[in-house]
Parts: sequence; C-alpha cells; structure tokens
Amino acid sequence: MAATNTEVWQSASVLAVADVAADIVRIELAPSMPKKADPGSHIDLMVTIDGEQQKRSYSVVESSEDGTRLVISVFKAPASRGGSVFMHTLKAGDSLRITQPLQNFPLRVGAERYVLLAGGIGITAIMNMASVLRNVKADYTLVYAGRNRTAMAYLDQLRELHGERLVVHVDEEDGILDVAGLVAGLDLATELYMCGPIRLMDAVRRAWTERELEAPNLRYETFGNSGWYDPEEFLVRIPRLGVEAKVGQGRSMLEALEDAGVDMMFDCRKGECGLCEVRILDLAGTIDHRDVFYSERQQRSAAKMCCCVSRAVTTETGARADADPSRGPAVVTIDVS
Amino acid sequence: MTAVQTRSTTTNKTLGHPLNAWYVAGWDHEVTRKPLARKIANRPLALYRTEDGKAVALADACWHRLAPLSMGKVVGRDEIQCPYHGIRYNSAGRCTSMPAQETINPSAVVPSFPVVERHRFVWVWLGDPAKADPDLVPDMHQMDHPEWAGDGETIYAPCNYQLVLDNLMDLTHEEFVHSSSIGQDELSESDFVVSHDGNTVTVTRWMLNIDAPPFWLKNMRDKFPGFEGKVDRWQIIHFEAPSTIRIDVGVAKAGTGAPEGDRSQGVNGYVMNTISPETDKTCHYFWAFMRNYCLDSQLITTQLRNGVHGVFGEDEAMLKAQQEAIDANPDYEFYSLNIDAGGMWVRRLIERMLVAEGRLAAAL
Repeated sequence: MAATNTEVWQSASVLAVADVAADIVRIELAPSMPKKADPGSHIDLMVTIDGEQQKRSYSVVESSEDGTRLVISVFKAPASRGGSVFMHTLKAGDSLRITQPLQNFPLRVGAERYVLLAGGIGITAIMNMASVLRNVKADYTLVYAGRNRTAMAYLDQLRELHGERLVVHVDEEDGILDVAGLVAGLDLATELYMCGPIRLMDAVRRAWTERELEAPNLRYETFGNSGWYDPEEFLVRIPRLGVEAKVGQGRSMLEALEDAGVDMMFDCRKGECGLCEVRILDLAGTIDHRDVFYSERQQRSAAKMCCCVSRAVTTETGARADADPSRGPAVVTIDVS
Repeated sequence: MTAVQTRSTTTNKTLGHPLNAWYVAGWDHEVTRKPLARKIANRPLALYRTEDGKAVALADACWHRLAPLSMGKVVGRDEIQCPYHGIRYNSAGRCTSMPAQETINPSAVVPSFPVVERHRFVWVWLGDPAKADPDLVPDMHQMDHPEWAGDGETIYAPCNYQLVLDNLMDLTHEEFVHSSSIGQDELSESDFVVSHDGNTVTVTRWMLNIDAPPFWLKNMRDKFPGFEGKVDRWQIIHFEAPSTIRIDVGVAKAGTGAPEGDRSQGVNGYVMNTISPETDKTCHYFWAFMRNYCLDSQLITTQLRNGVHGVFGEDEAMLKAQQEAIDANPDYEFYSLNIDAGGMWVRRLIERMLVAEGRLAAAL
C-alpha cells in the first residue's frame, strides 16, 4: 500500500508513561498532526543513541477515533541496539519526532474467521486488530503466548475485552505452544494474523505450508529485528573491493558496509524485498537468516543473504557462552552487485 | 480530498463527499470478468467479478510500480493479474504470486474495498471498512421489485455531485429547463413542504386540477387510452444521505383522491437517482425511471428511458455550464432562495457527515 505510506514527520508530545509488564512500558503520544491509526499500522520515530538519531518502528496499540492520542508499547530488549533503552527513558512532557501512522499490516474486514496470534511484545501489533474485530462482531480467536505472566502486557485488559475469545498460553506453565495443533484446526476460510518472535512465526509458516492452506491468508509483519540467535559481533569481507568491516551487535551488516563506503543497493531494510541480497563466497560460522524474502530451501543453501537484517553467528547453537573464545567472531565473505 | 473546509452553508458552493457511505460504482451488468476502471470519490478502482460471480473492487494500482490493474486480466478463481510484471492479487487484495522469487513479500497488498450488490447496482464503501454495514445501502427497492418496471442510464456529469443534488431537490427548474416535456407554469406557482430527519429530506409538492404536460399526457394515455382532461400532479422528492434521491412522480385524473392516497386513477413513476462523486468536479450520475403500470411493455420502458434521457440531457448542459461559471468566478458567492430549502437541508446533512469524519471543521 505504497500510496498510503508517505512518511509525514511531525512532533509528538508524551502524554503519559506507565509500566504494563516486566520491561514493557506503555507510552501515550499526542501527535501534532493527528491521523487515525488503522489496525496493523505502526509509526516510525527517531530515537537518540549515543547522541545520534536513528529510526525505529513501533506498532500502534490504540488510537483514538480522531488520532489525537496514539499509544505504543516498548519492550526493553536484552539485545537492544539502543532504541528501546532510549524509549524507556521517556517521561510525560517529552517531545519526539514521529511519522503519521504507516500501514504494512492491514486487517481485512469481512473474512469468515480469524485467528490472531501474538507472541510476547508482538501483542502490540495485534491488539488494535482484536478490538476492531470485536467491534464488527467478527468470528475471531486471539491467541496470546508469552514466557510468563509478568512478561505479558495487557493480560487483564484483553481478558475483559475479549473474554472467551482470548486464549492465553504461558510457556512456563503450559510448555511450548503447539503450533502444529493450532494450525491443524484451521480451514481455508480462516485468516491468521501474527506478530511475534521469528521462531514462532517460522513454525507457523511451516505448519501453514504443510497444511496446504492458502498463502495469502497468512498475514504477518516483521520489522526484521528478531532472529534464531542473539546478535553477535561478526566480520564481513568483500575480497573484490578489499573491504573488511566489523558488524557490531547493534548494527546491521548493510549499515556496516555503508559505513565502510561500499555503494549498497537496498529498499525495505526489513528483509522483505530482496534488493540488498549479497552472494556468500565463504563462511566461518552460521547464517542467522532473519528475512522473509528467501524460502526455507534457499535459506538452507546459504548461497545468498539479505544483509539488511540477516547476520552471522559463531556456532550452530548460537549460544555465545558455549562458543570457544579462541575461535574468534564469525566471518562471512561475500560479493555485492 | 482530506482538506478541512470551513463550514459555511452558503460559501461552500460545492461540498466534499463523505467517505463512510455506499456509492454506486457501476450497474450490475457493467462489472464482468473483464476488469473495469472507474474512479469513485477520487479513488481509482479496478472492478471485476470472481468466477462465482462476486463483485470485487480493488485499488487500481499495483503495489509494485502502480500500473493499473484494470488493464490486466482476471485469472483463476478470484484473482487479477497486473498487466506489467504479472503480479497477481486475490479478491482481498493480497498478492498471490510474484515473478522470479520463491516467496511473497508479506507487505504486498492492494487495498480491497467492501462491495455490496443491491438494486441492480454494485455499491462500494471507500471509508472505514469497519463501518461498512450493508444495511446502510440506500433504499432503491423500486429498481428490482416485481411491482415496478423500467430502466436507466449513466450520465458522466462534469460538475461537483452537490450541484446534481441541488438540481434534483428543487424541481422548480423544470419550468425553465424542461419546458417542452415536463415543465409547466404551475410548478413555480405551487407551494411545497419540506421535512427532514437525521438521514433523509423530503420535499412534497402537489399541483391540483391542472393540464398534464406532454410527458405525463402520454403516460396517462398509455394506461387510459384516449384520456382527456385535468389531472392532479405530484412530485415527492426523497433524499437519503449522502447522494441518493428517489422522486415519486405522477398524475391522476383530477379529483379522484390521489392527494388522499388513492392513485388508482393515475400513473406513477419513480425517478431513481444516485450520484457517485468521481472527482471534486465530476461525478457519475446513475438514474432510472421505474413505473408501476404496463409492466410488461418493453416499448414503454424504452420510450420512458429515451424520454428521460432527453430531459436529463438538458440538465447536464446546465450543470456543466454552472460548474464552469463557478470555476470562472471564484470570488462570487452563492445566495439562496426559498425554493432551495430541500437542497439546503441536503447540504446540512452532508456537512454533518463530513464533520463526523473530521473532514470539515465544525461550526463555531
């Protein structure tokens, strides 16, 4: 929906900040040029990291009818690149630069049945959808999975609003969510909207394909910031250009290559379009594919990667504590267009 | 389209259009397996039917490079294929196939608009889809009711839709614009009554014991061969927001009780009008003339459609000239007459809809 995604930057003041779960704050914003946020929409905003301005995206959890009040919620990620740490310092009265609501994850009204699946902080992209489906009296189920109850924002509010339609799954109480079982119960007329960690979304995508459900009925949004492994520092080399760059934990490979003066092609910067594709010539370590551009088959072959989101990690397990420090960082040798 | 106008009934010569409303996108027979391009409410649409006959309205611009989907073709059960790079979308606007890659970009979507097929028209909702209640489709039941017969056409009117509503809400103009067919002096001499509620406006005018103008004399003779004499004539204008107007029109033999409700000695027609803004200065004006007598005569259906076609051609010329004059005289205002009461209530109801959508500043 390119036409509706013009970035209109404006100022917004912080009306209120409140803790809504462990490491999750709810931030209420008053934009200077209000526009109603439709379900599934997000705002981009500028965060300050080490004195530098960087852009981050956050889903709109709630919007007033006229858009004068927008709510986002921010999880302070353990592997934060600095954005969520900054967001957690905000207090009422502060001012931010934000865009008007942008839409990459539109909800279609009119499907026969819906399943909304939220994993952890992914609830932020799903909440507004659930409210709208409730208002239009749609047939929907909201599945909300999280590690433990203290880490799950808005549980009470959701229970009150959605009653029996809310299915809560707590990993520490119930074990890992049975994704195959969830998808097995769906039919061709059901649309599933999901937002959560990449392991969850990959599992749903695989189950969806195996069940031979229609691909367009599986809707998801990825900001490309979730991987199978925690981000590590790694090295990228381009022999043809004589380039070697260090990709810090909080930087993307694309950014590191740009910093090193390589003329890179890209567009979406979230692992969807495939324009930032690089060819992998050699690899010491494992690729953590975080894109949705490649099929599973293509990702396994590890011949190419989307450098805007995907990373290299040292070990197969990705658990740095297990890694032999003498092995040094992962190294990916590539060529670019 | 989203600019906020200052509210002033007299200075807003033409109004914006509400988006939370059903507008006719086309006649049912116009929407086929061959995509149709039509702009409604400033929104270019690609209209087509799925294999099982369901009408679909998608934004007429491919997600990729905005090529018009209406130039493409329908494929499979419910899909349309972009004519440029072959990207396919289903009836919900979701991409189902992308060239030269094994996956589909999850962002690849074109807007799909709610559609309802009713009263021989395909209606589309361009505002908040969560508010698209099919029960809000305007009442045009005479279009496909067994007690009524008739047909109509579409006028592509080069004017703001509000000017057409003004035209239909005050039929005094018939005396001057349509003097050869339905106009007569009694129109401007007779009194009329206006009433309204939150969503409708009604203007009622009776002309008793008058000569039937040529159009109505012909209709009376279709039902009552050889009819001569005076008639009681009525025009009851029913407006339903934002842009549907049904005009209950007819004549009956004078003094046979038509004003009291007995229309058996007369002929009754319904002029069905619904206007879909195309741009701020153009509109699609869908009309039909339905009648409740001689139902099985295709000849009369054709004659009436052709007759009204001629009458509305006179309106079209006036509306075009009026829009041109408005554009050519931007610093002149509108002033109102008493006869504008119906049209002014229409403007008031539309203004309220625009205020509710945040697209018109509320009165101070």
